[in-house]
Amino acid sequence: MSMGESTAPVRRRETLESVVVRFAGDSGDGMQLAGSQMTLASVLAGNDVATFPDFPAEIRAPAGTLAGVSGFQLHFASDEVFTPGDAVDALVAMNPAALAKNIKSLRKSGLLIVNRDAFTARGLKMAGYAENPLQDGSLAEYQLFEVDLSRLCRDALADTELGSKEVERSKNYFALGLMCWLYERQLEVVEEEIAARFQGKPHLLDANLAVLRGGWAYGENSELFRIRFAVPPAPAGAPGIYRNITGNEAVALGLIAASVQAGRDIFFGSYPITPASDVLHALAGQKSFGVRTFQAEDEIAAVCAALGAAWGGQLAVTCTSGPGMALKQEAIGLAVMTELPLVILDVQRGGPSTGLPTKTEQADLLQAIWGRNSESPVAVVAPRSPSDAFDATYEAVQVALRHMMPVIILSDGAIANGAEPWRVPDPAQLAPITAPELATAEGLGEKGFLPYSRDPLTLARPWARLGTPGLQHRIGGLEKSEGTGHISYDSDNHHNMVVLRQRRIDNIANFLPGCDVTGDRQGDVLVVSWGSTYGACLTAVRRAQRAGKRVSHVHLRWLNPLPSDLGELLESFRTVLVPEMNLGQLYKVLRAAYDFRGHSYTRVAGMPLRVQELEAEIEALLPS
Amino acid sequence: MDQATPRTFKAKDFASDQDVRWCPGCGDYAILSAVHKALAIQGIAPESIAFVSGIGCSSRFPYYMSTYGFHTIHGRAPAVATGLKIGRPDLQVWLVTGDGDALSIGGNHLIHVLRRNVDIKILLFNNRIYGLTKGQYSPTSEFGKKTKSTPLGSVDHPFSPLVVGLGAEATFLARAIDVDAPVLGEVLAATAAHQGSAYVEILQNCNIFNDGAWDTLSAKESRADALLHLRHGQPMVFGRARDKGIVLRGLRPEVVTLGEGGLSEADCWVHDAHDPDPTRAFILARMWAPALPVPVGVLRAVQRPCYDAAVNAQVATARATPGDLHKLLVGRKNWTVS
Repeated sequence: MSMGESTAPVRRRETLESVVVRFAGDSGDGMQLAGSQMTLASVLAGNDVATFPDFPAEIRAPAGTLAGVSGFQLHFASDEVFTPGDAVDALVAMNPAALAKNIKSLRKSGLLIVNRDAFTARGLKMAGYAENPLQDGSLAEYQLFEVDLSRLCRDALADTELGSKEVERSKNYFALGLMCWLYERQLEVVEEEIAARFQGKPHLLDANLAVLRGGWAYGENSELFRIRFAVPPAPAGAPGIYRNITGNEAVALGLIAASVQAGRDIFFGSYPITPASDVLHALAGQKSFGVRTFQAEDEIAAVCAALGAAWGGQLAVTCTSGPGMALKQEAIGLAVMTELPLVILDVQRGGPSTGLPTKTEQADLLQAIWGRNSESPVAVVAPRSPSDAFDATYEAVQVALRHMMPVIILSDGAIANGAEPWRVPDPAQLAPITAPELATAEGLGEKGFLPYSRDPLTLARPWARLGTPGLQHRIGGLEKSEGTGHISYDSDNHHNMVVLRQRRIDNIANFLPGCDVTGDRQGDVLVVSWGSTYGACLTAVRRAQRAGKRVSHVHLRWLNPLPSDLGELLESFRTVLVPEMNLGQLYKVLRAAYDFRGHSYTRVAGMPLRVQELEAEIEALLPS
Repeated sequence: MDQATPRTFKAKDFASDQDVRWCPGCGDYAILSAVHKALAIQGIAPESIAFVSGIGCSSRFPYYMSTYGFHTIHGRAPAVATGLKIGRPDLQVWLVTGDGDALSIGGNHLIHVLRRNVDIKILLFNNRIYGLTKGQYSPTSEFGKKTKSTPLGSVDHPFSPLVVGLGAEATFLARAIDVDAPVLGEVLAATAAHQGSAYVEILQNCNIFNDGAWDTLSAKESRADALLHLRHGQPMVFGRARDKGIVLRGLRPEVVTLGEGGLSEADCWVHDAHDPDPTRAFILARMWAPALPVPVGVLRAVQRPCYDAAVNAQVATARATPGDLHKLLVGRKNWTVS
């Protein structure tokens, strides 16, 4: 092999509809960066994409160990994409541990690109390999490409004064350059990102650009690769401006859009927790929109401060993940009792307890709906994908303010860190957000201000503007007398208030659309999903439909209350399949609410559900 | 209302129409009345004031005020009040709590509100007992105290609310006793005037579950000898005959009799509430009966920027160039489909 000489080798060019690639390396290898920049290059190439960052909870586990392996999976296609993909078509493994941990995900005959320099005796030992897999034939069923990544980086940077650590650290850009060449992604996009990242550090900027281009040139000039792939752009979506967005970013933008629309500043109380902290980071930088972020001393203070701000008239939000959610529940109960608007974001992660902080799960549903003392119903909404987190958040604010109540948004790790293209809404077209604000005591009857009087339609009590003469009132966690809001221990009043608080939740359904069904409203199998399993369920159902099966899909956006026509829909199918990343929590909710026959499919692996397994489940339920 | 005429208030203007439901003889009645009076003197309208409380006997306080009021959950009032004050700096925010609410379940929130110096007035009613749960020992109960939950005597070491506050960098520390209306009034006036977290321990008698807890300090006949009324810039002199003083020897306070050994008022420790160094305030906060008189009045009042003001200043600066929603939504990298 000769580098950098006259002509490029002769090679085949293959056009593919869909590709799944995965970058895997040490936590410090910059795999998330490489993956997200290839994502950006892919969306700008016109592909639809979905991503799945998969990283450990440890910030920097010892280099070369299995515990330290960080991965980023990217699915890009010339058709609509709803999942980050089941099986990987091309795996980049930066060291033996990354290979050991990810080889299972690579499909047979898939492309395997390894950094041969890392396959030293020590590296192999740390990954638990007795023999070098590059030499023992165990990788025979894959297309193996051994690249001396570390050495090639050193060569590319031979003329610079960078230390060996900095040279080693740039090798993710070599891998990225190579992958961009292999799949015909434009380097310019990545170059702009590198320029932004290393602004003011010209020596690092030049070095990383050199390595990136070196990776591309290596693909172009070496004879290793006899094939190159093209993935044409997806059909253009609806006209508009598009961008790439993660779920956590979408939540932050949804909140700001709602804040602008409602004319209320955001108060965001939060305590750092994986995988939700990025929402705090995103909002902390948006003070020009009047956002006040409060990094509280703990989860409880975060929600309580938000509730205090809600009483004061702000758009109050708190944000956490499962363990923090458990801590906030008493205060959420206070929000139920005091009927104040409050948005609570729970980015679900693996549990119980500390569980799997960086992995995804859907097991906080029951905690959200029922996880408080006594009868304490709370509205619950769940985004179905990263971009949908914008709309779900916006709706959560709408409901919280219109009905004067706490609303829980159940996101999850896959949505929070996953990314996909998003058609940016026009601010002028955003739905209205109203709140029952009361800012004058004029026109009040003889009894004066009644803080627990309510609007007959929304069942919301007035949101008195604090500071207004004549609207002084006292609220708190003790049971309220309907109307006056005075403390009441009366048994009939208590019963009525308990029923009323449930009715307030049920009433929301009157403001929401019915079930959005993909397929017929009757048939053999109805797949019911919620949250981030949307994409896998929809894809599996569409495949079954294309095969002529009588299968339909309904995705539930609101989990509390449920759509008013759901019961009828469930009874219109021979059977119902409810796939979830928990032990059947939605299934239990549905079984408690409706009389229907169904099956719960559960897999709680810290990973998104795979389309293939769902197809098999659907198939098994179809009449033979 | 004619804006040009300043409104004047009477104590009853700050009382709500609700029946007060503390036990007859409770020290809280005297505190409530003193707060009504102090607010009338301050002259800020009831609608511009919010009272926030946690859980416990003391925390029923907001129901008896004609101001805005929020009776929250156990221990969390400092957090609720912080959120309220950040969003609504125009309101004067008071917080009423007790030794269990503030120092036990809510200890974390208390130290952080003080550390941040949020502009909130905190009244901690210390009766050294859990009243609303009917008589268990609290974090300020004396070692060995026999209660329903400690039949053989408590083996819990108590701490002082003011020492905790000082450890949390409180900018304002004061103490008063429920039955001593003049000192309580003076302390409440200083509390109302302070910018930042004003933290007040009010020694309060629970006549049902811990009657007489403060008797040696509160009894009319012994009060003058047991309490040291601090006044900024004044030498520390006390006693019924005002014949005793505090002399600071190194970092150790000592009681001396004036006129003996050639000592006069001029030899006594002169109180400096504005001393930025908290060392002497710490000595004062640790002074306790019977070895030393218990200081009442304002122990410390220093200035430090308030958290809520700093947060709002950052927002105001950023808002000089208001955010553009379209620009924010489309982000740095985007593409157009036509």
